[in-house]
Amino acid sequence: MASIDVESVGKIYTGGVRAVTDIRLNIADGEFIVLVGPSGCGKSTLLRMIAGLETISEGEVKIGSRVVNNVEPADRDIAMVFQNYALYPHMTVYNNLAYGLKNRGTPKSEIDARVAEAARMLEITQYLDRKPRALSGGQRQRVAMGRAIVRKPAAFLFDEPLSNLDAKLRVSMRGEIKRLQRRLGTTSIYVTHDQLEAMTLADRLVVLNGGQIEQIGAPLEVYHAPASTFVASFIGSPAMNLVKGELHGDRLAIGPAVIGLKGFAPTSGAVTVGVRAEDLRVARADEEALPFRLEYTEELGSQRLIHGAVGDQQVTAAVSPETELASEMRIAVDARRLHFFAADTGKRLPGNVPAEAKLAPAEPVV
Amino acid sequence: MVENRPFLTFLTHLFLICGFVVVALPVYVAIVASTHDAQTLMSSAVPLLPGSHFLENYTQIFTNVSAANGLPSYPLMAANSLIMAVVITVGKIAISILSAFAIVYFRFPFRLLAFWIIFITLMLPVEVRIMPTYKIVADLGMLNSWAGLVIPLVASATATFLFRQFFMTVPEEMMEAARVDGAGPMKFFRDILLPLSRTNIAALCVILFIYGWVQYLWPMLVTTDPSYYTLMMGMKRMVAVQDGEIRWNLVMAASVLAMLPPIVIVIFMQRLFIRGLTETEK
Repeated sequence: MASIDVESVGKIYTGGVRAVTDIRLNIADGEFIVLVGPSGCGKSTLLRMIAGLETISEGEVKIGSRVVNNVEPADRDIAMVFQNYALYPHMTVYNNLAYGLKNRGTPKSEIDARVAEAARMLEITQYLDRKPRALSGGQRQRVAMGRAIVRKPAAFLFDEPLSNLDAKLRVSMRGEIKRLQRRLGTTSIYVTHDQLEAMTLADRLVVLNGGQIEQIGAPLEVYHAPASTFVASFIGSPAMNLVKGELHGDRLAIGPAVIGLKGFAPTSGAVTVGVRAEDLRVARADEEALPFRLEYTEELGSQRLIHGAVGDQQVTAAVSPETELASEMRIAVDARRLHFFAADTGKRLPGNVPAEAKLAPAEPVV
Repeated sequence: MVENRPFLTFLTHLFLICGFVVVALPVYVAIVASTHDAQTLMSSAVPLLPGSHFLENYTQIFTNVSAANGLPSYPLMAANSLIMAVVITVGKIAISILSAFAIVYFRFPFRLLAFWIIFITLMLPVEVRIMPTYKIVADLGMLNSWAGLVIPLVASATATFLFRQFFMTVPEEMMEAARVDGAGPMKFFRDILLPLSRTNIAALCVILFIYGWVQYLWPMLVTTDPSYYTLMMGMKRMVAVQDGEIRWNLVMAASVLAMLPPIVIVIFMQRLFIRGLTETEK
């Protein structure tokens, strides 16, 4: 058990390519942190620097209170779960689990006990004598987890551990990882490009883009108050609608349409307006609305996604499956549900945090 | 292909049989010739049916064949060949797997250059560099010694290249997992890479043993002392008699015997060998 502090860490590869810039991140003991971002955003590089598999070009990484910049991975007291599991193909599951302990000179009896315990926890006891080749993807995943667990490390590092599994297995393994982490209380850093995985697993999310942190926060906080248009479009499915608009006093103009904001306008002039698909609804006849030209629909069962255009900008709304459709519709939104971002920088404009985010404060569950 | 066409079946078999005959006929002739006496072989074309002198020829090989030509005894030559082949095989594998390990898993200056230099030597046939090699070996005083016989042949660009290619198919995460598990480079090599390479090693064993076993040119150049003669040289000397007739029956018997060790190796390692060539275990 330990906290992890990442202080102004940067990574420059030989040849001068900068992958990660000035990352500051303090991870509490027992916290589950998810690094999320599109491919190439530096999330894996950051994780590998914490693991010791990449050298740290700038800044410091502390595990516990010890600076580990020049410490070998094996001596950092971390365990890593790899995307392709990296099980040793010629060793039995037992030996795969025991290898790290053997290398540390752990007594045989203790190795036996720890492997048995981890195997029981992961329900792979009956496979201990098999080779990885004879296991299914999900079982291999468990073995990879087991290899991390037996070591009883200060921190788990997960590098997209579920992306090689099929969708259904991914959901169940996701739950299992969460359950195990809660039970063991081990500080964990988890890298993924899947925003759903990030939302469901994290105590706190770290959204990365272009090697820099865009936002750190609890999942709901990030969802309800994205710090930038990048976060807004990355977190949540379907992605938040982002349209260009113009504020004139208390009125918002989107293309040809104009709606009143009832005092929620944070500024004036050109802005990027964000609105979640589920916050859009079909307008009543007597309210101000945006004209919506329907293009196609997607049925999700519980809801219906309608894709279309407001003016010349693409918008997606999530409506109930019973909603009547027409090629020309009017959609409305509660002004409190609008997000405003600066038109030039894409940063969130202050003063309009929706109520939900305040209701669900960032509280790292330990 | 799964097809049921009788003519195609016939055709494939025809080609197979033709190929088999072409490859196997010389071997068959050698075996047949080793069962006749010298007169039969000298007086007419080589007979195609076995004769009755099998035991006699083969016992002669082990008793008096060599004396006439100033050759050492057959068992000594066989032992020399065996030692040479085994040392070359083991040496080549040990050196090439370690150099491939260095090239693939370590970052050091001139790493690529080192690889290319090794790779380029693949393109030069032994015969091209045999004179400079001889000069070096002679200057080092290694003529007529085991060192002179073996050392110049003990590095293998081909095997290094093969191991390099194999190591590059081993996922990098394997090495990283081992690092996290507390295995240093040599421990990783011994515990992970070596067991993973075992089919490749078996395949190379077969190929390199045969390579060492059939060495002819090099042993002939560096050894003049009969006690270092290998089988291949011995057989050449048996043919190159100054006066009197060549005892083809004995030469053939010696050849047939010389074919046995590689066959034994191939049979012994066949399963591993085929797996090593066709399957990469991951």
